[in-house]
Amino acid sequence: MHSYLVLRVVAKLLMPFIMLFGLYVQFHGDFGPGGGFQAGVIFAAGFILYALIFGLKDAGKVLPRGILRFGIALGVLLFAGVGVYDMLVGGKYLDYSVMAQDPVHGQHLGILLVELGVGITVTSVMVMVFFTFARHRQTKGDD
Amino acid sequence: MSLTVFGILRIRNLFAVVMLGSIFSLMAAAIFVILDAVDVAFTEASVGAGISTVLALGTIALTTDREKKPSHTKILPLIVVILTGAALIYGTLDLAHYGDPNAPAHRHVAPSYLKEGPEKTGIPNVVTSVLASYRGYDTLGEVTVIFTAGVGVILLLGNWRHIGRRREDEDA
Repeated sequence: MHSYLVLRVVAKLLMPFIMLFGLYVQFHGDFGPGGGFQAGVIFAAGFILYALIFGLKDAGKVLPRGILRFGIALGVLLFAGVGVYDMLVGGKYLDYSVMAQDPVHGQHLGILLVELGVGITVTSVMVMVFFTFARHRQTKGDD
Repeated sequence: MSLTVFGILRIRNLFAVVMLGSIFSLMAAAIFVILDAVDVAFTEASVGAGISTVLALGTIALTTDREKKPSHTKILPLIVVILTGAALIYGTLDLAHYGDPNAPAHRHVAPSYLKEGPEKTGIPNVVTSVLASYRGYDTLGEVTVIFTAGVGVILLLGNWRHIGRRREDEDA
């Protein structure tokens, strides 16, 4: 894996743009096509590209398994937590209008947080599945 | 698209099948763009053609890239498929024509979503406002499905073996 100089250089050049595009899709989903699901997949694709070219070990350093496991649960909890928060401040479950003084502002905030939760969970699950598959193959190869 | 489907049916090399599936997804995404469903096209291109292909290739790397010859006869599955296909085609006869403004889907809640959505949520993209606000429960369910899938993969393929090995070491 260490001899593909062109691949390594191109991947290094591409990584910031993939991440930037993921962020754009994540937070611009309110105004154009996109949202948490798509952004999560783009992030995951970036990390998988990194893992394919620089190896699992280095990718594991960037995104340790603990953080991934944490992220899988964090996204769902963020989504559900927004709903619980709405109930606490006096609205219905997942009724974002009560989250700020202005209902429109509350809706905007709620949707942003919920999409962020979706993005975190999708990224973590996709990268986790890929890492688990790849690591399983490695350990199988050792035996 | 039909050509890729026949290819998938005939070819026993699973690597080629995965590639054809990816091509199929990409063409489906193009069709969604033609139908002005940009959000769906985006999802199809990234999830269907991108991540699914990578995960399918990972699965092939774990197992084998040859499809086994079926051991049973092909007649019963063929009958089932023909019956289901006929029922589905019969069902499409009741569908509204494409672009019909009087179709039930366009008359129920869609007009209010389109009219009120941008005003109430302050979000110009109606798809996002419907997905995250009006249909928040459904989206929460979808995220939970992905969460469950991730937990399932960790439980099945996560390195429990290392834990077992460690336990053996402790016993010894």
